[in-house]
Formats: sequence, C-alpha cells, structure tokens
Amino acid sequence: MTRLTLTLRQRPGQRLDLSPLVPHLLAGKSAHEIERIELQTTRRRVAVGELFRLRMGDAGQICIEGSCERLDYVGREMTGGELLVEGDVGIQAGRLMTGGRLTVRGNAGPWAASGMKSGMFEIAGAAGDRLAGPLPGEISGMRGGIVVVRGNAGERAGDRMRRGTIIVEGDAGPYAGARMIAGTLIALGAAGPLPGFLLKRGTIVLGSGCGALSPTFVDCGVHQLVGNRFMAAMIESYSKSAARFMRLPLRRLAGDMAVLGKGEIFLGKFGDEYS
Amino acid sequence: MPGLTVKGVRIDDTFAEAFGMRATALVITADSARWARQAAVTMTGMATSVIGCGCEAGIDRELTSKQTPDGRPGVRVLLFAVSTAELQKQVQTRVGQCVLTSPGSACYSGLEGEESLRLGDGLRYFGDGWQISKRVGAKHFWRIPVMDGEFVCEATAGLTKKAVGGGNLLMIGRTAQTTRAAAEAAAAAIAKVPDVIAPFPGGIVRSGSKVGSKYKSVPASTNDAYCPTLRGAVKTALDNDAGSVLEIVIDGLTSDAVASAMRAGIAAIVKLGPKRGAMRISAGNYGGKLGPHHYYLRTLLP
Repeated sequence: MTRLTLTLRQRPGQRLDLSPLVPHLLAGKSAHEIERIELQTTRRRVAVGELFRLRMGDAGQICIEGSCERLDYVGREMTGGELLVEGDVGIQAGRLMTGGRLTVRGNAGPWAASGMKSGMFEIAGAAGDRLAGPLPGEISGMRGGIVVVRGNAGERAGDRMRRGTIIVEGDAGPYAGARMIAGTLIALGAAGPLPGFLLKRGTIVLGSGCGALSPTFVDCGVHQLVGNRFMAAMIESYSKSAARFMRLPLRRLAGDMAVLGKGEIFLGKFGDEYS
Repeated sequence: MPGLTVKGVRIDDTFAEAFGMRATALVITADSARWARQAAVTMTGMATSVIGCGCEAGIDRELTSKQTPDGRPGVRVLLFAVSTAELQKQVQTRVGQCVLTSPGSACYSGLEGEESLRLGDGLRYFGDGWQISKRVGAKHFWRIPVMDGEFVCEATAGLTKKAVGGGNLLMIGRTAQTTRAAAEAAAAAIAKVPDVIAPFPGGIVRSGSKVGSKYKSVPASTNDAYCPTLRGAVKTALDNDAGSVLEIVIDGLTSDAVASAMRAGIAAIVKLGPKRGAMRISAGNYGGKLGPHHYYLRTLLP
C-alpha cells in the first residue's frame, strides 16, 4: 500500500490542532470523510480539505508534507502505525503517544513527546523547551518509549521523566533532566547549567559536559560499566554516536543529593575537572 | 532384541522414552570467554539429574562477543526441571550463588518463551536499595552494584513448557575403553547440536538405574540387566560379548532438538565402528507408558 499523504497548500491563518490526523483515527475513513475533519483552534472553522491536498493511501502510514510550526498536537495520542512530517511542527507533537513511529523532518516546538508512554519519536531538527516534559499540574513527564532529537533541545529536556529514553544528539538547554523520577537522558552536545536539578533516580549522560553543575552531585569515579554497554547495544539502531559514547569509560556522579540521590550523571573526558 | 546392523554396529529396534519438562536458557557474559565459561560451569555444577539436584543443567554453546547482548564473550546455558516452581527456585539460587558472584559477569535471558521466570526481578534485592532498573524497548534489566562494578541482569528469562528431558542412548561395547570412546564421540557430536544438553559428567553416565530396589527406602537402584559383571547372574539384556555399557542422557528445549541430538550421537557411534567403539546401540524406556515422547532408533539412523 502507498502512504496516505497530506500536503499543506499554504501557511494556515491560525494555529491548527492536528491530533485527529493519526493512523488509528483515519483507519477505515474515506477521502471525503477525511477532508471534512475540522482542525481549527479558533472560532473560524477549517477542514482538512481546505488546508491540505489529500492523496489517499494506507492510513497506517501517513505523510504530512510542507508542514510549518503552526501545526500543533501532531501525532497526539498516536497508538501505532507511522506518521512522517516533512517540515516543522508546533507545540506538543507526539504528546501521550502510546505506540507507533512519529518522525518530524524539521523542528518541533515546546512539549514535544510530552507524557509519551511508548513508541518511537524522531525529530530531525531541534526540539523546543520541556521536551517530553509534563504540562503544568501533571505528576510525571515521559513514561516510556524512545525520543531521538538530531539537533538541539531547549530548556528542561526530560523534565519529570519517569521511564523511557531520550537521546539529544545536539546541545541540551539549562536544567536538562530536571526533576527526573527515572529513565535515561543522553545529550551528546554541551548541556546548559544545572543538569539533573532535583534528579531522584535515572541516568543523564552528557557527551560534552555542561555549564554549572549543582554541588549536590557527588563523584563516584570513572567506570566502564556493563550496563552502559548493554544500553549502547539497545540504542545502537537509534543513534550510533550515542551508543559509541556509552561504551567509553565515563565519570559517574551520583545525585541529586538534595533529594533522593539515586540518580546519576555520566560525564566523558569533560568530567576530569570533578575528580 | 531384533534390530538391524549399520556398518557393523547393531542397533536395537527399541525406543528412548522421554518426559515433558520446563526449561529456560540463560546467556552469561563476562570480560573474557574464560570467565564467562567459569560462571557457566559453576552455575551448572551438580545438575546431572532432577532426582538429586533439583534441575538438569549444562552449557548449550559458547557465544562470540557479536552474539551477546552486551558485546562481550558469553555462554548459553540451559536449565531443565520438572515444575515451573522448582525451575524458578533453581534459577534464582544458581544465578544468585554462582553468576552474581563471578567476576565481571552479567546474565540475560537466552530464550523467548511463552512465559517467564524471575531473574533480576528476584536478585535485585541484593542491591539493598541501590539497584537501578532500566527499560529500553521490550528489554528490562537491573544494575546491581557489586564490589567489582555492577552486576547486570535481565529482569526475566523466558520459560518453555515444550522442553523434553530423558532422551537417551545406550552404548554397548566389548571393553570399557572402546565403549568410552564411542560415548565420547557421541557426546562430542551431541554438544554441537543447538538447544540440547547432556547433563551428566562429560555428557556420559555409567550408572544407569532402574525404578525401585530390594531396599524399602531406595527409590532407584542399579540397572542390573545392563551390568556386564552380572551377565550370568540376572535376567540380562546383554549379549555374551558385552563388556561395558555407557549411557548418554539428553535434554532439549524441543522434541525435535532431542531427536537431532540422538541422530547425531548414533551417527558418531556408527562412524567409529564396532571395533574401536560400541558394537551395539540401544535405548532406555519404561515400556512406553510413562513418558509421552518416544524416539525410535530405527527412525534416527544416519
């Protein structure tokens, strides 16, 4: 089967709610039915047919072409299948995803992968603030699955993460892995100040060091851990560079001792200053 | 017993009778093949028979660093028991006492089973609160801090209920030396077959037993019908030229694996020939009423 393709005709006049355009909600719908789905976020109604040129295909594989940052909630609560976006997306892409594969060939706005439960989310460009984090009032952020950002991530990537894996191949902003409950956050580029702020459990791997580090992280020495090798094998298919880094001897800092203190930050050669 | 002769080796027209068992496979890795092997040998020690050891265990095969989950050399071991509860107990004890304790070791599930046994899920408590849980995709594993670093252990191991225990071959030769040569050749051939183990010393057992005894408290006793020194004194199963008998017991994850192992064993014995090896091959059974799996030797000829 060919993919179901939606091509954005022009930049929309208002922000759009793309959450209805996920594989399990489009399954079994005719072209006519899909074109009548409304996507507005203001009082002015707009339907898929006005905004996109639709080429029918297998709803299990959806492609959105010519996307821009006005498209919010892309792939929200997606349960399976594939969703490929050519271009940027707005806020909360992949929020509460429980399965499938979401790929954004562009940048993602704030709260991408927010509260994600399972599945795979790849962002070819940069991710905004609070990647995988919770919305205000929510107890935990990401709960499972894997997020890969090829570019940079904004502030508080992995905020309150409870399970799952985030790989940022570029830089991470301030407070990376803040308030993490568990899970794994790997940032290969430079991280901003105070990574792992109030980290309870979980693993933060910093490939190129960070800004100011909280004094509540304590040095546990340099180790080449088997667990990291195993982890490397698990993430090899998502990020070769992250896997390569995980196999190196890394300095382990335990913390955040201001809270539970069962988390860890791994540093590469930049960790020497902490010895 | 009527039979046929292949290249001078007489093969009885009989069958091996085997039983259904619960089994699991584990992959043990270490920094070197030597230490992976050491952990595997230790944890499969004293595991020859479920009667006295709780489980039957052995090394299935060695794995290169490319074949293991953490990219280090490893060994795949198989464990067989009569019940899921007993297998669980044996896995927990043996991994806890023999693999956790072995320098640099890590332990993973070696089988995708329909059900699972607790592996790291039980051993994690050794970490005294410092254990770390990691889940990536479908894999869940524990990192337990130990004195040489961390013991990495997958949370669960697959369990199969389709395993078969008690496939066997009896080798009957003129002397102890030639019979042993035949048994060694068969054991070496069986070791190459995947998904099976021969749990006895070097794969070979010299004290085959029968059910019951003249003594009330003894449930099994020497199989006098196959003892060459009693050939004239009891109702023997041996011919006048038989001087020694050895047995190979085979456990496999599937019935097909046991059949393949028996076929490989018979081929090796036949290849060695009656002069240098065994002159007759037989198999042990209980009349076919106890075990559901019957392996007829005539269907397993080379």
